[in-house]
Amino acid sequence: MITVEFLYRLMGVLTGTAAVINLRDASNPNRHANAAFWALWSVSFLFGSYLPDLASGILILAMVAVATVRGVTPGSGEQQTLAERSASARKFGNALFIPALAVPAITLLANATIGRIVIGGTALVDPKQVTLVSLGIATILSLGIGLALIRPPLSAPFTEARRLLDSVGWAAMLPQLLAALGAVFAAAGVGKVVSMLAAGWIPGGAPLLSVAAYTIGMALLTMLMGNAFAAFPVMTLGIALPLLVTQLHGNPTIIAALGMLSGFCGTLMTPMAANFNLVPVALLELPDRYAVIRVQWPTALLLLGTNTALMYFLAFPR
Amino acid sequence: MLVLSGLLVVVVGFAFRVNPLLVVTVAGLVTGLAGGLGVTRTLGTLGHAFTESRYVAIVWLVLPVIGLLERAGLKERARDVVLRMQAATAGRVLLAYLALRQATAALGLVSLGGHPQMVRPLIAPMAEGAAERDTGALDDATRHEIRAHAAAVDNIGVFFGEDIFIAIGSILLIKGVLEQAGIRVLPTELALWAIPTAIAAFLIHGARLLLLDRRLARRAGPPA
Repeated sequence: MITVEFLYRLMGVLTGTAAVINLRDASNPNRHANAAFWALWSVSFLFGSYLPDLASGILILAMVAVATVRGVTPGSGEQQTLAERSASARKFGNALFIPALAVPAITLLANATIGRIVIGGTALVDPKQVTLVSLGIATILSLGIGLALIRPPLSAPFTEARRLLDSVGWAAMLPQLLAALGAVFAAAGVGKVVSMLAAGWIPGGAPLLSVAAYTIGMALLTMLMGNAFAAFPVMTLGIALPLLVTQLHGNPTIIAALGMLSGFCGTLMTPMAANFNLVPVALLELPDRYAVIRVQWPTALLLLGTNTALMYFLAFPR
Repeated sequence: MLVLSGLLVVVVGFAFRVNPLLVVTVAGLVTGLAGGLGVTRTLGTLGHAFTESRYVAIVWLVLPVIGLLERAGLKERARDVVLRMQAATAGRVLLAYLALRQATAALGLVSLGGHPQMVRPLIAPMAEGAAERDTGALDDATRHEIRAHAAAVDNIGVFFGEDIFIAIGSILLIKGVLEQAGIRVLPTELALWAIPTAIAAFLIHGARLLLLDRRLARRAGPPA
């Protein structure tokens, strides 16, 4: 059975080779820090399932120490010059889009099919991990298509992956670390305390105030937790159901749907949603860490106002 | 109350632009200690959760193929294609991608997009190329603003498209939370009520993208 563990091995190889290539890159004065960072992550991917939890915790501290003290910085950068890339672009033409678009296409196709394949009584793919395994399969097959089309040196996928990893830097690990923080919050009971506070603070009464308390509360708590999914149970059970549904007889379907979307407005405005707001800053090589949030907040606030108005006008009996 | 100190660390850390990895790690340690877990159990909880969350990083498996294609000139090709479309301005390229991302996400096809796969190699070079053709060479600030817009369009498109699909995670979460409280709702109706916000998102952000075009044109000065 193919499980997500197989994909972790691949990630381990990817980060491991990035470490080795960095170590041998004399052009980069920061190469030892880069190598240490990717090597430590590689250990987590390859052996994380067997390591004691405490060892994984110490591994995180080591990665964070390297990233904070020395940083992870790209070396000599692209080996192909602009002229070479332009010539190559003319040579291959639109065929270059095929492997790129094959990634989503194969993901979708695999997602719809591999869950149903059964060989000798066992499922080919762990049913709970079909989506992730589909993405993994898609990246491998697309790479195969790309290699067949471009016929580069066989080392190219590794050297290019390490070039991109170095340019994203430590931000590559941030979403995973944030997911871990969410788990620690849950274990320490942060959600419970917040919902107690929320229920205590919000006065009943004026419908518009109560609606705004829920929509704005969803956005704010999402900004703090980095994730609307973590904020939704807290705010909905703490504010929406007692105030808006029980007391003011609002329609729970409309209230909950718009509540979740209000949370998404918060997601657009917080660095805690690193995979959406900070990782692209690194990927697109932007100097301002909050550049994407800066572009998103006007839309997010206007939509938050829209959601509040929609809920106020549509969710309650007139 | 004390367990909220982790949230305080998050707010202060991000406000003062401390390295996010450090902020998040310290927030985790502070929360665990304040919650009475002790040093070893706090570190263990964080380590366990980190290991369990490795699936979040699977998206990086796409880097070898994207890097390979970039090496072969994918970004340059994406630019060329846009340059041949006379009507394509930076704002309109992004508007078209917003529509595509929202529409496909509404059909449940959320993996048709993403910053490493789509925005960096295709959408951002297309928008930059169109702006360069229309307004001449871009200064760094303008180039960065266009790139940030390319990233934002991907986020806004998927956030305000996916909830129209009935089997998406957020719809299932809403249904689950309400069911715990004894309220039954239909996923189809939840999805229906995501449509007004989706339309508003397209209108609001679409208008901002067209304004971006006007701003870019103004910055470049009147046509010679």
